[in-house]
Amino acid sequence: MAEQPKNFGFGEDEVMLRDSARKFLSDHCSSDKLHRMVASDFNLDRPNECLWDQALWQQIVDLGWAAVCVPEAAGGIGMPAVAAIALAEEVGRAAFPSPLIATLSATFVLNACDSGAATAALTEIAGGKATALALTNTEGNWDSAATGVRVNADGRLEGVAAFVQDARKCAQFVVSAQSDAGVGLYLVSATADGLTLTPDSIIDLTRDQARLTFEQVDAIELAAPGTGHAAIDAALPGLLCLVAADMVGAGEWLLQTTVEYAKTRVQFDRPLGFFQAVKHPLVNVMLQIDNAKSLTYNAGCAIDHDPAEALRLARMAKSEASDMAVFSSSRAVQFHGGIGFTWECYVHLFFKRQMHNQVLYGDAKYQRALLADLVIGKAA
Amino acid sequence: MSESERKDSPEQAQFRSQCQAWLADNHPGTPPVAIPQGALELSDPDAMQWLQQWQKAAYDAGMIGCDYPVEVGGGGKEGHQMIANQEMQRAKTPYLPNIIGMGMAAPTIFFHAQDDVKAELLPKLLSGEHIWCQGFSEPGAGSDLANQQTFAEKDGDNWVINGHKVWTSLAHFADWMILLCRTDKSDKYNGLSYFVVPIKSAIGKGVTVQPLIKMTGQTGFNEVLFENLVIPDRYRLDAVGAGWKVAMTTLAHERGAGPLVTPASGGMATEGETGVSVSSVGSLIDLARSHQRLGKTAADDPALRDEIIKLMIRREAIQQNNRRSAVAALTDHPMRIPLQSKLVSTEFNQDLAEVAYRVEGAASTLNRNDPNAPAGGQWPLAYMNSFGVTIAAGANEVQRNILGERVLGLPKSK
Repeated sequence: MAEQPKNFGFGEDEVMLRDSARKFLSDHCSSDKLHRMVASDFNLDRPNECLWDQALWQQIVDLGWAAVCVPEAAGGIGMPAVAAIALAEEVGRAAFPSPLIATLSATFVLNACDSGAATAALTEIAGGKATALALTNTEGNWDSAATGVRVNADGRLEGVAAFVQDARKCAQFVVSAQSDAGVGLYLVSATADGLTLTPDSIIDLTRDQARLTFEQVDAIELAAPGTGHAAIDAALPGLLCLVAADMVGAGEWLLQTTVEYAKTRVQFDRPLGFFQAVKHPLVNVMLQIDNAKSLTYNAGCAIDHDPAEALRLARMAKSEASDMAVFSSSRAVQFHGGIGFTWECYVHLFFKRQMHNQVLYGDAKYQRALLADLVIGKAA
Repeated sequence: MSESERKDSPEQAQFRSQCQAWLADNHPGTPPVAIPQGALELSDPDAMQWLQQWQKAAYDAGMIGCDYPVEVGGGGKEGHQMIANQEMQRAKTPYLPNIIGMGMAAPTIFFHAQDDVKAELLPKLLSGEHIWCQGFSEPGAGSDLANQQTFAEKDGDNWVINGHKVWTSLAHFADWMILLCRTDKSDKYNGLSYFVVPIKSAIGKGVTVQPLIKMTGQTGFNEVLFENLVIPDRYRLDAVGAGWKVAMTTLAHERGAGPLVTPASGGMATEGETGVSVSSVGSLIDLARSHQRLGKTAADDPALRDEIIKLMIRREAIQQNNRRSAVAALTDHPMRIPLQSKLVSTEFNQDLAEVAYRVEGAASTLNRNDPNAPAGGQWPLAYMNSFGVTIAAGANEVQRNILGERVLGLPKSK
């Protein structure tokens, strides 16, 4: 194993970035404000709007968050992967609707592409251009070989990409597409001719998701046919860690919010938290959050210092964080009791974000099945 | 080079190479007698004696008590015990038998005894010449530790002790006991005081030690009866009535959350080893490969693979939590991870052993003295023994109360 810093690579700069992100989001995206913004209408048949604060995104761009992992040569800040992971944790803690995690994910993929076009795209990200990955097919498979997009004879894109995260908040997409020479990666503008964006109606109110249909769409090649697979593989630990960190942040919000409720809500003449039937599961939530958090930092650190180990460690983090996402959100609703089951209680915003997160890039058992292949060997 | 080595100061690095050099020449080798899985199961005097010789040798080589001052028999260093532990574990030396002495009695004596008592007791404790046991639990004081009934009554410059301690590991070998007892019946918590008590020399003269048999059929723990045992006042630790506070020092170290690192050797297997270690996921994977299930090996069964990988993730999480716990900027509450230590490690070992004995299938029914028992019957035995530690040192239910109350700030359950 290569050398790893004891502090996971969280130096002064990374800690300062995390602290300022935590403060910024608690100032500008309180749960009150979030609920007013995304949950003012409970009607399931409401217009499928993309609800977010674009002005806040511009402030975030000005703070440099979108550029944290863009190399300095491309106009970015060039911080380690753990800086992006720290931001994702804070985004999760606020359930913040923004294209930040999409853009950080795209950054990891672009960093793994070795081309002038990729560098140019990174420069645009550093300038604030929100970017999402369009890798997944309509079956929900993001394996590059399964892409539903093809490069036609003119070098244009045809087909469908699905489950694109925060698509309506993004100005461009990194698309994986198949050609006879293999899978390549392509940059497509959100306003390109022939591109149709069809929003999904999703359960999670704190983000948006869409299906992209490509008909003769012009695209810029980021990674040549046959090399897209390697770029996605190299970025995958980062993608898993970003989602895991989001779950850790959201998990901590759910824990602390439920703990506060358990201190104040009185039944049988006692605050709920007096009862061990409530206290002990809350402790178990805390144990699982700590596991998920440490494993996520460990995997993030490996991305920066020991890339050969990063995928194994990131799958561990995603597995633990996914189990934790289910447990933290289910206990939060359950222990808030009748009020926890209502639309007016903020818990459902985080509950739904955790539901969404835990299946992204595969749930806990999915990760463990792949880990078993890696550690024990393929099953007979 | 391991992660810890890279952080060594020059002095630590030099100490590490000293340890390595000494261990290369002085590993005690294969024990001439059968050694149980842990020191708390020791019942054979020959095994105890052999392990005491090993502890004395390691002490004389400067690897035990490194972080205690020289005046009390220590090495007078800082941050050295951890290094000695890592090297002893890497060298796969046997465990140290005076586990309660080093892990609980020594830090408590160090922080609370008067100076001459420290100088009198700590050198032979650290060298393992004196074995220690812990007199906390009573028939009516298990998880409710403060419900002590054993009573010490002041008589001039002495105390006279009467009472009944149970589940006392190693008392049958112990020279000394750390004793929590009552000195005031009118106040539950402030009526407790803490003593160090010579018990071996008082057997038949106020002390009776009787074995209790564990569910595994093993001995190793005992009940200890006090009838008018007289001890001098200098063996009291801290003030009369301060016993609960002193006991918290003991418990913090027992649960792996105290400031002093406990000397430890052996037993801690690392992943990927092939030898049978009942705390290693690597051993579990090897076991699964060698047992049949549904026409394939147990290692091919998807349900078991999931359970095994889950355990591997928990093992990694324990290590990474410890790593994070040392970085103040990455922990919200300083005790949040240290107070989890006992709980998560004991439940991990229990669950590991539980999965392992199920992997053995029908053969897991075989007792350790059956010639056909796989892995010498160690896994089912480890599973049964694992309950000793999920119960001891404050049952894990009590640990969850502590975490809920001290870390999460939930209302007290008692």
